Amino acid sequence: MIVDNVPINFLLMNMLSATGTVFKIFFLTIIMSIPLGFVVALARGSRFKIITVPTRIYQLVFRGTPLMLQLYFFMYAPYYILDFTFNRFTACIIAFVVNYAAYFGEIFRGGIASIPKGQYEAAKVLGFSKFQTFMRIILPQVVKHVMPAVGNEFMTLVKDTSLAQVISVIEIFNVASNATSRYFSTVPLIVAGIFYLVMNTVVELAFKWAEKKLDYYRS
Amino acid sequence: MLLRANSLKKKFDKENVLDDISLEVSQGEVVAIIGPSGSGKSTLLRCLTQLERVDSGRIEIDGKLMVDTVEGKAQYSDSKTLHEILLDVGLVFQNFNLFPHYSVLKNIMDAQIKVLNRSKEEARVIAMELLKKMNLADREDAYPCELSGGQQQRIAIARALALNPKILFFDEPTSALDPELTGEILRVIRGLANENMTMVIVTHEMAFAREVADRVIFMDSGIIIEQGPPEEVFGNTVNQRTKEFLQRWSSEK
Repeated sequence: MIVDNVPINFLLMNMLSATGTVFKIFFLTIIMSIPLGFVVALARGSRFKIITVPTRIYQLVFRGTPLMLQLYFFMYAPYYILDFTFNRFTACIIAFVVNYAAYFGEIFRGGIASIPKGQYEAAKVLGFSKFQTFMRIILPQVVKHVMPAVGNEFMTLVKDTSLAQVISVIEIFNVASNATSRYFSTVPLIVAGIFYLVMNTVVELAFKWAEKKLDYYRS
Repeated sequence: MLLRANSLKKKFDKENVLDDISLEVSQGEVVAIIGPSGSGKSTLLRCLTQLERVDSGRIEIDGKLMVDTVEGKAQYSDSKTLHEILLDVGLVFQNFNLFPHYSVLKNIMDAQIKVLNRSKEEARVIAMELLKKMNLADREDAYPCELSGGQQQRIAIARALALNPKILFFDEPTSALDPELTGEILRVIRGLANENMTMVIVTHEMAFAREVADRVIFMDSGIIIEQGPPEEVFGNTVNQRTKEFLQRWSSEK
């Protein structure tokens, strides 16, 4: 099938294989940046300035500069500084993880701060250890609190994967813009838009479902 | 003596919240602590339950030393002893502090299983018994948000009792409740008193303190002004500050 000079079947095949890369970026980023985000949140709550100050600087830098720039940085800076390079995909994942952990850190910090002090006190008097208190009492409530904000981040992440094209990682947007210039048509861009929309519809439905699952109690 | 506290001192921002407080509670005794807000009652309870640390003084619970003062500085025992002492006491909070994400049953079972290492079955049997005692046997699957304040407070009492504390502390257990709900909590506490439970109750319910307590302690600005049997403190106190407080209280009512 050809629409507006574009061989649709061929385009879709390329896009589907690029979708695999998008999935890889998405899931690897989630799997690594969420735990790292918790570390960042806990570090922010530390009593020691030597931990909180560097953490704040890290968050400022990675939330305060474009992700695109960070992608370039991890792709090219190591060569100039340390005389070695990550492969494209590794550099891409590092940039995404470091960037998203900075945001998740802020979200989780807010979530942890929203748990009333009384919860810690009740747990302590009952004899729970600090670790048990965090894992059993605090964390489950934090998860519920941060759900909407995390849903936002997930959606943004799906779209942000398109930035990986700047260091020539072959993802959906990369395929689309190449096809656009090859066939002089905007159709590939529209198709790319539909791809992102479909993926985010799944994200949206998943979060709706998860929020409903967590709706069995109010704090 | 189940609890022995000697010359407890604590300052918040240079203000003496506890100024040389000594307190003894014997097995089976019910002690009510009354006094104006900001008098240090709650802080005293929080120090005895390890939610706050004293600046100096000595606390011993059931023969185990929690803190002693060496050369003017409070020295707390090792964490193992502190944990053991923690298990000897229970605390009921003003605003319940139930775990909202746990069902009623799990609220009462979880610490039994995770802290005392009881089996699930055993913990459930104990929890169900306590629920029956609290008149809430049919609400085991409810979540705290589905219960009234009075019901939540009864669950909180059951949660504390499930660990078999030797002393139960109450920090204004009815202050967050509507007046018509305080009765059910007072009934529960009265029931525990009849079973010889050792209790220290910080309360604003004067009539209740008078009725249920073996001993009443009147605190003001970090010191114990007066203590004695309720008839004495409420009936014919000679202390001017106690008189004023009780008068102010009865005129407000």
